Amino acid sequence: MSGIMGFAIVLAALLLGAYVFRVAGQAVTKNAPTFRDMGFGVAFGYVLGAAILVWAIWYYFQPKVLETGVPNAGVVFFRWAVQGFIIAAVAAFLFRLLGRHVGTAGTRKLFRSMPLTASFGILVILIYAFVAVFAGAIAPYGQAEILGAANVVAGGDPALGGNPEYPLGTDQIGRDILSRLIFGAQNTVGIAFVTTCLAFFIGGSLGFLAATLQGWLDQLLSRGVDVLMAIPSLIFALLLMTIASVWANKLGIPLTIFMVLIIALIDSTRVYRLARAVGQSIVVMDYIEAAKLRGEGLGYLVFKEILPNAMAPLLAEFGLRFCFVFLMIAALSFLGVGIQPPLADWGTMVRDLAPFINFAAFAPTAAVAPLLAAGAIALLTVGVNFVVDWMLHKTSGLKE
Amino acid sequence: MSNLLTIKGLKIEGRSDETWTPIINGVDLELKKGEVLGLIGESGAGKSTIGLAAMGYTRDGVRISDGSVEFDGVDLVNASAALKRGLLGKRIAYVAQSAAASFNPAHKLIDQHTEGPVQHGVSSRSNSMEDGVELYRKLRLPNPDEIGFRYPHQVSGGQLQRAMTAMAMSCRPDLIIFDEPTTALDVTTQIEVLASIRQIVEEFDTAAIYITHDLAVVAQMADKIKVLLRGDEVEESDTRTMLSAPKEDYTKSLWAVREFKRPEKEAVPDGAVPVVSVRGVTAAYGTADVLHDVSFDIHAGRTVAVVGESGSGKSTTARCITGLLPPRKGEISFDGQVLPLDYRKRTKDQLRQAQMIYQMADTALNPRKTIGQIIGRPVEFYGGLKGTQRRERVNELLDQIELEPSQYYNRLPSELSGGQKQRVGIARALAAEPKFIICDEVTSALDQLVAEGILRLLADLQDKLGLSYMFITHDLATVKSIADEVVVMKDGIVVEQGPKTEMFSPPHHAYTDLLLSSVPEMDPDWLNDLLKERGVDNIGDAAVDKM
Repeated sequence: MSGIMGFAIVLAALLLGAYVFRVAGQAVTKNAPTFRDMGFGVAFGYVLGAAILVWAIWYYFQPKVLETGVPNAGVVFFRWAVQGFIIAAVAAFLFRLLGRHVGTAGTRKLFRSMPLTASFGILVILIYAFVAVFAGAIAPYGQAEILGAANVVAGGDPALGGNPEYPLGTDQIGRDILSRLIFGAQNTVGIAFVTTCLAFFIGGSLGFLAATLQGWLDQLLSRGVDVLMAIPSLIFALLLMTIASVWANKLGIPLTIFMVLIIALIDSTRVYRLARAVGQSIVVMDYIEAAKLRGEGLGYLVFKEILPNAMAPLLAEFGLRFCFVFLMIAALSFLGVGIQPPLADWGTMVRDLAPFINFAAFAPTAAVAPLLAAGAIALLTVGVNFVVDWMLHKTSGLKE
Repeated sequence: MSNLLTIKGLKIEGRSDETWTPIINGVDLELKKGEVLGLIGESGAGKSTIGLAAMGYTRDGVRISDGSVEFDGVDLVNASAALKRGLLGKRIAYVAQSAAASFNPAHKLIDQHTEGPVQHGVSSRSNSMEDGVELYRKLRLPNPDEIGFRYPHQVSGGQLQRAMTAMAMSCRPDLIIFDEPTTALDVTTQIEVLASIRQIVEEFDTAAIYITHDLAVVAQMADKIKVLLRGDEVEESDTRTMLSAPKEDYTKSLWAVREFKRPEKEAVPDGAVPVVSVRGVTAAYGTADVLHDVSFDIHAGRTVAVVGESGSGKSTTARCITGLLPPRKGEISFDGQVLPLDYRKRTKDQLRQAQMIYQMADTALNPRKTIGQIIGRPVEFYGGLKGTQRRERVNELLDQIELEPSQYYNRLPSELSGGQKQRVGIARALAAEPKFIICDEVTSALDQLVAEGILRLLADLQDKLGLSYMFITHDLATVKSIADEVVVMKDGIVVEQGPKTEMFSPPHHAYTDLLLSSVPEMDPDWLNDLLKERGVDNIGDAAVDKM
């Protein structure tokens, strides 16, 4: 009851605040258009935003440890989130500043018109790519190397159960989490990239072919894709992986290759849909008709006339699709049929360390263990999406 | 009498590449109650921008930087949103170019009609509905009692444009802004809409700003005309003075566009083999026949204009000739040799001989290829030229279409103006070294001055290279200037054909006569005379329907 009362009181205060804000604004600025034409909803939004900001600052400076001696986990995680956000923003800003002054005229121009989110996304992707390529050189230990101590807490502070030799701690059988994260980038991201490329090659070429030729081929391919799309993708992948694991044993081919093929097949159906839709809107253009009447062959039509015009939506889709593939691999690994141990993989790492999340209330640093790999997945997904959003925005010619 | 609308020193800027660039550089405008002002100029002259600014509105990314817009004593530039809401729709209304895009497709016409009056508290919904039916009747829409209960897609373009005018009238505004309301319509539809608009504006003594690029249309509608060029006023005077004695050179050049005419050619010698011969072509989309027994010849070095309204089968005929739509019956021969009906069965040389230029240069050129690639491809594909030879040939072609090769070779189509794009389309057709070119409405998307340039270029090329043209158009002024022979089509049937001189002098077939009489002339009395002569129910589509 008191919760509802509290909510009602806060809401009433905010509504009153919004009214006062607008009236005061009109009086102070002598009826400037911004305040004169401001709706009540807009004023409420400003006041609400200000109230949340005040609360966030107050919460940030709450003590880390409660009077009872138990750590205040909420505050600890909130501080990390705020600090992480500020570091990311500053890094993105510096990176953009660098891009505006270094590089060719073309890239400098690109960076000048780039929003901060996109430069953050590009920075994240570059770091991941670098880490993935040079994993062997960067990682302090091997990915399967079992070290002395198990369950060392992240942070490297011996007083809290950490060890400076393992800055992010070790897992339950004593492997260095930092090294495994770095190798995980290589395995998970690398495999996801190959899989996405394959999905685009299959789906893209079949989609354009269907759009150009139409008729029975289009019907055949499209209905086939409909059937594949009708089956929930994760369950379908699990089913095929189960079959493949038998074959993999029999034929001696690594299961990972089957996984790449299976996910590529499932995702190519989505790419096919997009490529066909985009292709269909291009095929009706007069320049395609002109090329057909010139007597051009199918290959020229698809790769020289249609593809360059479909590049923008396909690239944007590539970014999104990459995230989905990546999450699918992580999900399969989490379920135990994806990338096989002892290879490091972020999905497996989350699964293995998942129980530690229960310690969050009284030992925030210990609970971080599964979140590190999950955070690595989330960060890349967010980064890629920022870049994709920006590219879509650029190619669609939308004004902000 | 005081002014209803006064615009003083209006300056408008648009945002591009992070900076504000001027669009309108200080235009003055005055409008009294019941007066109609025509705003004319090429695209990019700022006509629509001024029209919108007269309502105190600008598009996104555009701002009024200086000057004042005063409507009946209210300063619209600095008015509050609430004040403007009370005026727009109620006292100032707007009729857009594309009624189809401006109506909400999910609601019935009458529901959209009553929205304004009910919102503004001018009248109740039922009263407004009755009034709507009355307006539909005044605008001579068919079935005025029922047409309001249809959805926008269930009525024709001309009817929709009139329904929109009725909607603008629903609150009996003092000022209406018409932004090219008839530009997208056929001549016979246009004339009906023009007559309706004028009648209703006169009846309610409404002031109007009429925006168009068609001089003949503005001559019928406006009391005074203002000519604009790239955001500047060229001149303004009342309609008759403006038409008979324009002062500025630019205005004179606009007027002179209609003078372009080609000399008569000698008659085709008997027994000459036509370049293209269409014999008894019947074609269908699906099961419905859209062309019925179409036959005509095109001789070497001649231009045959195919004229008709939209839906008459002009473009379908072109698709049959090119082989994109194989006819159900009939044959098409080239230089006396019968061609396979499907383009896929034609040889490369047969394809090369007949080329096509499209109406919309925007969709006819691949936006991701440079001009050099676009023109170079047919040069390479048919002529087998590579490297520098190819480059030289492309330069030669660019010279022919009067574009500087070094400047344009590496540009993308988006970096060209509409007229330049159309020239590139011509060069691509020429690159195949054809004998015969189909020109499908090549000038209808262009401003008059630019269109005239294209027509002159096509005429020069014909004289130099001995090309034959099939010129598809609905604009009879274009036909007069460029054609040697004329084919008139209606509902997929050739109604009349013959040499131009015969076609433009009586006696005509009734349909040809109607088409010819519906083309607006520069005489301000033309519409009055026509209405007097024929009566309101015997013009335009109404007359077509009676045939």
